[in-house]
Amino acid sequence: MAVDIAVIDYGMGNLRSVSKAIEHVAPAMNVVVTADPAVIAAAGRVVFPGQGAAPDCMREIDARGLRSVIVEAAKSKPFLGICMGMQVLFEHSEEGDTDCLGIFPGSVQRFPADAMLDDKGGKLKVPHMGWNNVHQAMPHPLWTGIEEGARFYFVHSYFVQPTSPDLIAGFSHYPFPFTCAVASDNIFAVQFHPEKSQNAGLALLGNFATWNPGEHASACDLSGAACA
Amino acid sequence: MLAKRIIPCLDVTDGRVVKGVNFVELKDAGDPVEIARRYNEAGADELTFLDITASSDNRDLILHIIEAVASEVFIPLTVGGGVRAVADVQRLLNAGADKVSINTSAVTNPQLVKDAADRYGSQCIVVAIDAKRVNDHWEVFTHGGRRATGLDAVEWAKKMETLGAGELLLTSMDRDGTKSGFDLALTRAISDAVSIPIIASGGVGNLQHLVDGVREGHADAVLAASIFHFGEYGIDEAKKYMRQHGIEVRL
Repeated sequence: MAVDIAVIDYGMGNLRSVSKAIEHVAPAMNVVVTADPAVIAAAGRVVFPGQGAAPDCMREIDARGLRSVIVEAAKSKPFLGICMGMQVLFEHSEEGDTDCLGIFPGSVQRFPADAMLDDKGGKLKVPHMGWNNVHQAMPHPLWTGIEEGARFYFVHSYFVQPTSPDLIAGFSHYPFPFTCAVASDNIFAVQFHPEKSQNAGLALLGNFATWNPGEHASACDLSGAACA
Repeated sequence: MLAKRIIPCLDVTDGRVVKGVNFVELKDAGDPVEIARRYNEAGADELTFLDITASSDNRDLILHIIEAVASEVFIPLTVGGGVRAVADVQRLLNAGADKVSINTSAVTNPQLVKDAADRYGSQCIVVAIDAKRVNDHWEVFTHGGRRATGLDAVEWAKKMETLGAGELLLTSMDRDGTKSGFDLALTRAISDAVSIPIIASGGVGNLQHLVDGVREGHADAVLAASIFHFGEYGIDEAKKYMRQHGIEVRL
C-alpha cells in the first residue's frame, strides 16, 4: 500500500501523537511512522517532527542515515516541520553550538534570560510552555479555516530567526515577537505542536494532508495576481 | 500572549476514575476516556492522570487508557504515579503521554530525573513536589504526604530544575482537600526561585482561588480536581472568571 504521509522517526520524541492526529483528520490516508529512507523517499508527503535538544537531533538524523532523504523531501514534496523539525531546517542552532540542515538561511537562538519579563515586570518562564496566539504573517493554504490569532500549544526554549523575512508565515509574542511558522514553496514548518493544539491544530494538519503546493503556485501564475 | 493553563486532574485506580465525575448525562462516571473527552470539549488546556493503582497486576491498565485518550483527545496529556525507572517513562510516552510526572522516585533516585530528561527531553519531564509547612519553611514529603524527607521544598525545586525537570507540579499537603485555596506563599516562593513553569495544586475550593494562584502565587498553571469533577464549576466558567480578573486564558 502506497504511503501517503511518512512521519520521520529518528528517535526524538512522541511521534504517536503526531500520527494519531493526522489519522484523525485524514482517515483515508495511509500514515506511517518510519525511519526507512526508502519509505520516506516514496511517500507522497513528509512530516518531520522532533522534540529534545538540537545536538541530539542532528546526531540521530545522521546516525540513521536520514540527512539526504530529508533534504531531498524538503525540495520535492509537501513537507511539514514541527518543533525541533522546524529548528533544524535552519543553518545553525545556539543549542549546543550545532550545525543544522541549512535548508533555510538563519539561526536558532535561546529566549534571552534578561528579556523575559511581561508588561507588568513579572518573570516569564523558559521553556515557553502553553497556549499562545499565532498571528498569520502571510496568507497560506495551511492557515485555511484557522482564525487569525488562534491559540496553539507551544513548548520550547529556542526559536528560529530566518535571515529573510519573506519566509515568515506566522509569529507569536513571548514577550517580543518571534517567528513560529515559516513557509517556502512546498515546505511549511511550525514551532508549536499542531498535534496537541486541539481544533486549530487539527485544522492545520487537515490542510497539510490535502495541500498541493504546485497547484497553489500555478493558480497564482495563471491569474496573474500577486499571490501574497 | 501566553495563556495561564487550567488542568483538571483525574485520579485513576485499576483503570477507573476514583472520584466520580458529575457531568450532565455522563454515561459512566468512572470511565477515564469519556471523562477526558468531556474535559477536552469543555476547554481544558491539558489533562493530568494520576495512577494510584496499588496492585502491580493492574498497572498496565493506565497504558490502555492513555492509548485510548491519545487517539481522540489532542491536547497535552500528563501521566504520573508509580514512575520508578526510565523504562516506565518510555512506556507512558509510547502509549501517548506527552509528559510524565515523577514524584517519590525523584526523591529516592534523583538521577532518574536527569536520565529521563537527557533521554526524552526536559519538555516531557514533570517533577511533582508534595510540600508541607514545617516550622519556618516547607519540607518535601513523599508517599502521599505521609513520609517526611527532611528536604527543603524551595531548594529541592531548584535542584530538580538543574537536573532537567521541564515543569514542576507543586501540591500543598496542608491545603490538599481543604478547599481553602492554594498555599500562596509556598507557590510564590517556588515559582520565583526557578525559571521553569509551576503548576499549583492542592486546596482549590472556588474560582477566586484559581485567580489568587496565578496573581499571588505566580503559578503558570492551576490544577484542580473536585471543583470540576462534581460540577461545582465548569472549565469555561473558570476561564471566564479568570479573564474578568485580568488573567490571560484560552477561551
